[in-house]
Amino acid sequence: MVVNDTTSVAPQATTDARPRQMAGDTDFPLAPPIGVKINLSDISYNGQMILENIKLNLEPGKTTCLLGPSGVGKTSILKTIAGFLPLSPSSSIQTSDEEPLRGRISYMDQNDLLLPWASCLDNILISARLKGEKPDFDKANQLLDQVGLQDKKQALPAELSGGMKQRVALARTLMDDSPLVLVDEPFSALDAITRHRLQGLFVKMLHGRTVLMITHDPMEALRIGHHIYILAGNPVLLSPDLKMTGPVPRDPSDKSLRQRYELILSMLGMTGADR
Amino acid sequence: MSRLFRITVTIGGLLSIWAFITWVTDLPKFILPSPLLVLNKLIDRYDTIAEHAATTALEILLGLAIGISLGILSAILISTHRHVKQWVMPVLIASQAIPVFAIAPLLVLWLDYGITSKVVMATLIIYFPVTVNFLDGLNRTAPAWLDMATLMQQQKRSFRLLQAYRIYRYVRIPFALPALASGIRIAAAVAPIGAVVGEWVGSSSGLGYLMLHANGRMQTDLLFAALLTLTIMSICLFYLTDYLLRIAIKWHPDQTY
Repeated sequence: MVVNDTTSVAPQATTDARPRQMAGDTDFPLAPPIGVKINLSDISYNGQMILENIKLNLEPGKTTCLLGPSGVGKTSILKTIAGFLPLSPSSSIQTSDEEPLRGRISYMDQNDLLLPWASCLDNILISARLKGEKPDFDKANQLLDQVGLQDKKQALPAELSGGMKQRVALARTLMDDSPLVLVDEPFSALDAITRHRLQGLFVKMLHGRTVLMITHDPMEALRIGHHIYILAGNPVLLSPDLKMTGPVPRDPSDKSLRQRYELILSMLGMTGADR
Repeated sequence: MSRLFRITVTIGGLLSIWAFITWVTDLPKFILPSPLLVLNKLIDRYDTIAEHAATTALEILLGLAIGISLGILSAILISTHRHVKQWVMPVLIASQAIPVFAIAPLLVLWLDYGITSKVVMATLIIYFPVTVNFLDGLNRTAPAWLDMATLMQQQKRSFRLLQAYRIYRYVRIPFALPALASGIRIAAAVAPIGAVVGEWVGSSSGLGYLMLHANGRMQTDLLFAALLTLTIMSICLFYLTDYLLRIAIKWHPDQTY
């Protein structure tokens, strides 16, 4: 269960210190966020059809959460959008500016995917190096400051905690300033307290960007999503868009959030006996 | 410290057993000389042994340099093309199935008595473990990482060859270095075998030659002295390689022996 209140956390447990000074938005201009209309008529995995008729609408500059139990095919949807799985002929992915999506995506995995031999700084400069561009040290330094790792810039990933590693991964994702950010269960490997903190940081850092995030944690979706889609059932069906209101990150102890939580649990097929 | 102690005890123990056996059985010294005799011979003929050891060391080092370089190049080439592997692997395995002892006479016939045939022999047995280990490492790069790298590279148009080069340079090769290190460790351990086998078959210099020569003249103490030198050289080579590899790949947690 998610910890409700960060103030109740004992001081000795705060190895993953909250960033002291948070600048909010970066000082670097953001690429204009794009909206994406995704219409997947069917998705196959190993020659077997696993999903059909998936319609997702990503609002520009907002976070959309795709919620569902493990193994339901969430990652396959993400991979199809990223172009790693072929798009079936009757499927389509449309962007609000009519330009193709290819080359405008950043990806954040549930594993930090850090290079174990490279310092934090080198890790977030990897994208520039892979593209053959000149690394932007100013931006890299600033992003590491913003995720609260100002004293860990030269540290190797092995010297960092799980939460710190995902902070580096977050900074690396933001280095590219992509119009669309795909995120696959970024906090699933973290303990509840660290996860709670990182959700707050995540919201702050990705403010104003179009994000599609996969999660299996209903409370996580409720805390940070502007739109929530639920993927569940047998056969698997996609729920209509569950629109959320109010500023993010939301307080999990909020009463209206509780009601939504109950609703989502019932949509996931959980009966009273399961809880 | 405790490691040094253990090594000393082990070597001391083995030497004692050896000395004890020669003392109890009183074997003639051309069958089994005592450790003291061997040591005497080692000091006595020190210049001859050093000269031959230098030849063998040169063969081993050249074999290592060529074998490792070829292994690295082959592994990279094979990993870039899926189909190349299917064609090349059977040949690689066949080359390993033929015992190096069997082709040693041929190599000496073709490449003469000099150092070349020994270097080729050492190269042949080093090449395989290096190639196979490094190839394994290159093929084991996390798919999620490659996907992410692909997304990053799609953000900018560039030549495909350049992009492939950068993926190797920044991701695949570094990830494969621990596997390459395993291959090089095996190579360092087997390289002396190649060189000495070559010397046995036909040579005019080297520790293998010296051993054969001493054996033919019943100078068993000299044979043992040469053998001891070879053993010490091989052990030093292995630990030096291991040490250098550990420094080079500090970040990897498994780099301890």
